[in-house]
Amino acid sequence: MAILSKEETKKILEKVIGFSKADGIEANLNGNDGGNIRYARNSVSTSGEDSNVSLNVQSYFGKKVGNASINEFDDASLEKVVRRSEELAKLAPENPEFMEPLAQQTYGAEPKTFIESTAKITPEYRAQAAADSILPASKKDITAAGFLEDSRGFGSLMNNKGAFAYNKSTGVDFTVTMRSNDGTGSGWVARNFNDVSKLNTAEASAIAMEKALQSRNAKAIEPGKYTVILEPNAAADLLGLMLFAMNARQADEGRSFLSKKGGGTKLGEKIVDERVNIYTDPWHEEVPTGNWAGNGLARKRMDLIKNGTVANMIYDRYWASQKNTEPTPFPGNRIMEGGTASIEDMIKDTKRGVLVTRFWYIRAVDPQTLLYTGLTRDGTFYIENGKIKHPIKNFRFNESPIIMLNNLETLGKQMRVASGGGPGGGGSSLIPAVKIRDFTFSSLSDAV
Amino acid sequence: MKRRDFVQLAGLGLGGLALPISAIGNPVSIEALLEVPLTVSQKKQLADVALNTAKSAGATYADVRIGRYLNQFINTREKRVQGIQSTESFGVGVRVIAKGTWGFASTNDVSPDGIKKATERAIAIAKANSKFQTEPVRLAPVKGYGEVTWNTPIQKNAFEVPVSEKVELLLSANAAAQNGGANFASSNLFQVNEQKYFASTDGSYIDQDIHRIWPTFTVNVIDRASGKFKSRDAMSAPMGMGYEYMIPKAEDKLATPMGMVLYRNSYDIIEDATTAARQAKEMISAKSVEPGKYDLVLEPNHLGLTIHESVGHPLELDRILGYEANYAGTSFASIEKLKSGTFNYGSKQVTIFADKTQPGSLGAVGYDDEGVQCKRWDLIKDGILVNFQAIRDQVHMLGQTESHGCCYSQSWSDVQFQRMPNVSLAPGKDPYSIDQMIKDVEKGIYIAGRGSYSIDQQRYNFQFGGTVFYEIKNGQIAGMLNDVAYQSNTQEFWNSCVKICDDRDYRLFGSFFDGKGQPSQVSAVSHGSSTARFNGVNVINTGRTI
Repeated sequence: MAILSKEETKKILEKVIGFSKADGIEANLNGNDGGNIRYARNSVSTSGEDSNVSLNVQSYFGKKVGNASINEFDDASLEKVVRRSEELAKLAPENPEFMEPLAQQTYGAEPKTFIESTAKITPEYRAQAAADSILPASKKDITAAGFLEDSRGFGSLMNNKGAFAYNKSTGVDFTVTMRSNDGTGSGWVARNFNDVSKLNTAEASAIAMEKALQSRNAKAIEPGKYTVILEPNAAADLLGLMLFAMNARQADEGRSFLSKKGGGTKLGEKIVDERVNIYTDPWHEEVPTGNWAGNGLARKRMDLIKNGTVANMIYDRYWASQKNTEPTPFPGNRIMEGGTASIEDMIKDTKRGVLVTRFWYIRAVDPQTLLYTGLTRDGTFYIENGKIKHPIKNFRFNESPIIMLNNLETLGKQMRVASGGGPGGGGSSLIPAVKIRDFTFSSLSDAV
Repeated sequence: MKRRDFVQLAGLGLGGLALPISAIGNPVSIEALLEVPLTVSQKKQLADVALNTAKSAGATYADVRIGRYLNQFINTREKRVQGIQSTESFGVGVRVIAKGTWGFASTNDVSPDGIKKATERAIAIAKANSKFQTEPVRLAPVKGYGEVTWNTPIQKNAFEVPVSEKVELLLSANAAAQNGGANFASSNLFQVNEQKYFASTDGSYIDQDIHRIWPTFTVNVIDRASGKFKSRDAMSAPMGMGYEYMIPKAEDKLATPMGMVLYRNSYDIIEDATTAARQAKEMISAKSVEPGKYDLVLEPNHLGLTIHESVGHPLELDRILGYEANYAGTSFASIEKLKSGTFNYGSKQVTIFADKTQPGSLGAVGYDDEGVQCKRWDLIKDGILVNFQAIRDQVHMLGQTESHGCCYSQSWSDVQFQRMPNVSLAPGKDPYSIDQMIKDVEKGIYIAGRGSYSIDQQRYNFQFGGTVFYEIKNGQIAGMLNDVAYQSNTQEFWNSCVKICDDRDYRLFGSFFDGKGQPSQVSAVSHGSSTARFNGVNVINTGRTI
């Protein structure tokens, strides 16, 4: 089934709601068409397409809730799925945390998340995009391995309280790893857009190839505390982990980095450098995202960190009701304000430091301090007296994004990066390159 | 409340576990999980549609997988059920070689017409991709096995156990932890049943019924005054077993000098939750580790993850060849190192084997997802690297003629590729108990359970935490430690292995959702070992102040 329009979904969902005999009903109709191509060893290894549309219906009697789903949309099927969700609700134990559906919310203008050119990506486009990456590599004694994934999809919600929400979006994700054939150099690049016309796999691949060549024959330097320049993808990985941990309930329960000694939370307290400003905004031009969250709450521009202070935590509807506060829609994007400095400017301004292309295999070590470990990968360079001196062997780090943002030196230019979870366009971030002092590298890795 | 009949489908989350939707399927009723939609003879007829279509369209090889993948996930928190999901995914995947190139297509239309169309799409994709092919696919020969079956030897099908019974058990575990002083307790039960029918143009028709189960929990203790919080996860292992794993048996319990009970082929979740609360409380005031070199005594439910990351992954041939370069990475292990016959992966004590036949393991099947009968083979023998893990289209690159039988796909809708078999450390040959091992250590740390883990993309440098840490001083347990992580290099670490307990201590660790590939697929794999000692490993202190 193709992508359904707002009118088409509304028609189906109205029928669904009309079949309800429960105390209440909420239905989600979602669909996605996607395609991908994967290559390695300078040759395409796999490619494919997938398509999925499904209707999920939630019925409730009091606090007893039942869910059922179906991927057929004739009237008989729609009624069947509603009846099944009602039967399941009657059999369910009470869920004391169940919240009745929301009334109609005000969603504001539709963000520009759907771009026609991306929706029209063909297998031929994907093959050419891969070829534009593979062919230059094979001419330069480099081996390319990459992955391009695109999607077009829609999401919609309707309930018996009158709420209706709809959004459609497109996205494309591209990553490539270029390795020098002598096995001593590796470079990587990533691109993430709603609009595929912004993607040039040849241009992106050239950057990764240059990094592969420049990173050959890396030298070992002693682990320790270094000034680092983190490219946006590296910075985003650690910042994203911090932002995903800003759950209010965990903080209130005393098991979060935002919990306070003696009880309470750090809401309203300064936790990082005052130049740090992070917010979410569905209408941001660079990283548009859906104007409603999965539970129907209207998204709006919202500060997460304002001048280094915790401005908002994420309250789900149940927890907000317990704490007599407003619920928080889960952010669909994250924007960290940047500066004007380019990576080159930051290098020029660095006496002794390390340039990091990306991090790899980041895992939580201590949720109390938000300490993470991981490694640098695919292009790590030593900076001395304002210049890149030579490539260096990769490091393992043990660092907390909270400590890191307290050691902020410079904010650089922003770049759109994927936040994981595929190319839907909803999970993207706009993150600057950052220069940080005293970043903790604890050991060396021989990995290339 | 009629919990017996209760089913709640989808929507309530799984405690933050990122589960791939394609591997889960659509919500269904509990009753539907016990239905049999197709008989074996019907599956054979449908499979033949794919094979005949492929052959007549010019394919030189074809295989077809008719798969029904059933899952039930139950998650609870303190006194309430947070979610119960019962899901089914049913469909067909067809893989062909045409013009020397692979093609794959799948469909949830399990009719002769649907299968014919999917096969034609697979052929078309193979022909289109042949333009990029530099070398035609070479398959290691496999004999046709005819019509065969294989079932996980379960004693009690978890899907037949009333949901009420399973919920009661999880809520009892939460209560045990809270009665023991835990502030919060959440518990989960994952159950998987793969009903897989495989047929190929080699003449195999293989019907398999695979079961897996994983009970787990997290217990939190919070000290408001100091602002500290500590957690202790379950000491269970995911297993290739039925519900019998949930019924504790005395002979499966192993006492430790720390007063903690560890488990072999059955699990006592209530006993473990009680211990977890006690240990989490003790962690609040336990001392922070002094960084430095220690002799580590690593318990199997901890060591399994180290084996997984530092031996299992680096010895996957597709990684070594570069097929995973853009995602999981490559490997320090090379075909040259293997062929040298002298690469010292570990000390002489270290023999590590791959085994897809080990009873109770997550990876145990009769035949892999390209119809190769499963077996056991050595990867490291007396410390020397002797083999890798390879499937039919790559094993020839090692100069070998027989696939190792470790091809897997998470679902009918995804293409099968090389996945890690069970990889295990052979127990010590001489009688040696955990008590004796601890007595022999002067300055060491005993680590049990999985914790934080991270390793580089070529599998040299790693850092591991654990669930619980105990200091060993002059042959005695000297109390709990906090903030422990060890860092090492794969080859250096395995060469520091000086002692391994005997087979009385041998147990399985499991990874239920091991990710690999783009788009990513999960697989489940076990790692067996006995407690082992590693000398002079670098331990860091992970304590910080923010």
